[in-house]
Amino acid sequence: MRFSLLNLLQQSFAGHQGWPQQWRFPDPKPSYDAIIVGAGGHGLATAYYMAKEHGMKNIAVLEKGWLGGGNTGRNTTIIRSNYLWEESEGIYEHALKLWEGLSQELNYNVMYSPRGVMMLAHNVHDVQVFKRHVHANRLAGIDNEWLTAQQAKDFCPILNIDPNIRYPIIGAALQRRGGTARHDAVAWGYARGASNMGVDIIQNCEVTGILRGVDGAVTGLETTRGTIKTKRVGVVAAGHTSVLMGMAGVRMPLESYPLQALVSEPIKPIMPCVVMSNTIHAYMSQSDKGELVIGAGTDAYTSYSQTGGLHIAAHTLDAICELFPNVRRMKMLRNWGGIVDVTPDRSPIIGKTPVPGLFVNCGWGTGGFKATPGSGHVFAHTVATGEPHKINAGFTMERFRRGRLIDEAAAAAVAH
Amino acid sequence: MLIINCPHCGERPELEFRYGGEAHIARPANPMSLTDTQWSEFLYFRSNPKGLHAERWRHIGCGRFFNALRNTITDKFVTTYKAGEPMPDIAKFAQNLSSGSAANG
Repeated sequence: MRFSLLNLLQQSFAGHQGWPQQWRFPDPKPSYDAIIVGAGGHGLATAYYMAKEHGMKNIAVLEKGWLGGGNTGRNTTIIRSNYLWEESEGIYEHALKLWEGLSQELNYNVMYSPRGVMMLAHNVHDVQVFKRHVHANRLAGIDNEWLTAQQAKDFCPILNIDPNIRYPIIGAALQRRGGTARHDAVAWGYARGASNMGVDIIQNCEVTGILRGVDGAVTGLETTRGTIKTKRVGVVAAGHTSVLMGMAGVRMPLESYPLQALVSEPIKPIMPCVVMSNTIHAYMSQSDKGELVIGAGTDAYTSYSQTGGLHIAAHTLDAICELFPNVRRMKMLRNWGGIVDVTPDRSPIIGKTPVPGLFVNCGWGTGGFKATPGSGHVFAHTVATGEPHKINAGFTMERFRRGRLIDEAAAAAVAH
Repeated sequence: MLIINCPHCGERPELEFRYGGEAHIARPANPMSLTDTQWSEFLYFRSNPKGLHAERWRHIGCGRFFNALRNTITDKFVTTYKAGEPMPDIAKFAQNLSSGSAANG
């Protein structure tokens, strides 16, 4: 069913009791043309574009929990594309362009809101780095502009630009097309679209083994709901990528860390944009519900616990209270953690693996949500054709052997 | 916050420590003899296990590195030991872990 004003009116008169299920709950078939492991935003987007643009309808997405229940449901929903290196600009800008038309594409409101993402500079190094980003982005046709402290305050009036605070704001980089989207709706929209085209989304189905033939190629998957045959597997499992790839004997250049976020009690709108500070490590935006959505950092140690140390969140709140003094007395409602898979150069790995038929899309680290549509789009191309799309050609695992890293870690100096 | 048992100083809060990544990765004695694949394995590839992880920590208090076995599912330490000592038998600890968790419900 397509959502429209007409059926909204019809359902309104019927008391909203007649809305159909948004996606099917099928049992696994004995075999598929391809299987995506992980029904988060990236995995569902991959399945959606495989069905839509590559005509692969006999495919499945396996999920050990429920769809969108991992990092897709745990992130701070920030979207931007102001990265430094050409490969990164390519994929994040590809994603941003898809975000702009995504609600229409999916006929599902993902609530993409280009309200502007402002990144604060607190010292000379920040100013140099951000101006370098601004220039690099503008050369690539990506909007990014430099603001003085006063211009930053004009854009976000609750910002404290007092020069006498511990880390005074001396400028900011603003990407106006950046913003936020509704994280759950992205997973739900892609799931609905994929399911309608015949993709089986199988939840509560954990992969326990990767089967390989005598030539080493993938022949199927062992799951908690039985053995499923397939010749192509795309692993899109975020923090659990190392575990899954280990089932095929592939070691990964990844480490999994807890990353935390928290939200406040809901209040009236006070914040018109997203503000990030890499240097004092805080970022904040306000959801449509009115909660302040705050992102904290990663814990120091690797973990799969989906929880982090309170001192990490407290450290971020110290910074938030200095940047936004008028939120100091607010209460935090919830905090939580997700497990992010971090590569040595903080850029993703999207492509082939040493195992024929096995593909991987991982390493999005602390900033994967913004890339969801672009990541799914190019990974669908990779799994369907067996070769990377030109946008993800540089994001190979091979780059760690060649030394041709895409070093966004040094570019941004922190998690992003 | 984790409570970590420094083998030299005893139990201290996590804030007194720095994490040092996976343990028992020796720097190659002769880097020039390594292939690119071996060198990238040393630099970048990690086991990242879900379960017991042998890892390095440094206690800022005494300034010394030591190693630890920690369960990455619960973040609980099962043992710490001095740098230079061999890695404990992970299989034995893993067995204790599963029987211990069964006893604790």
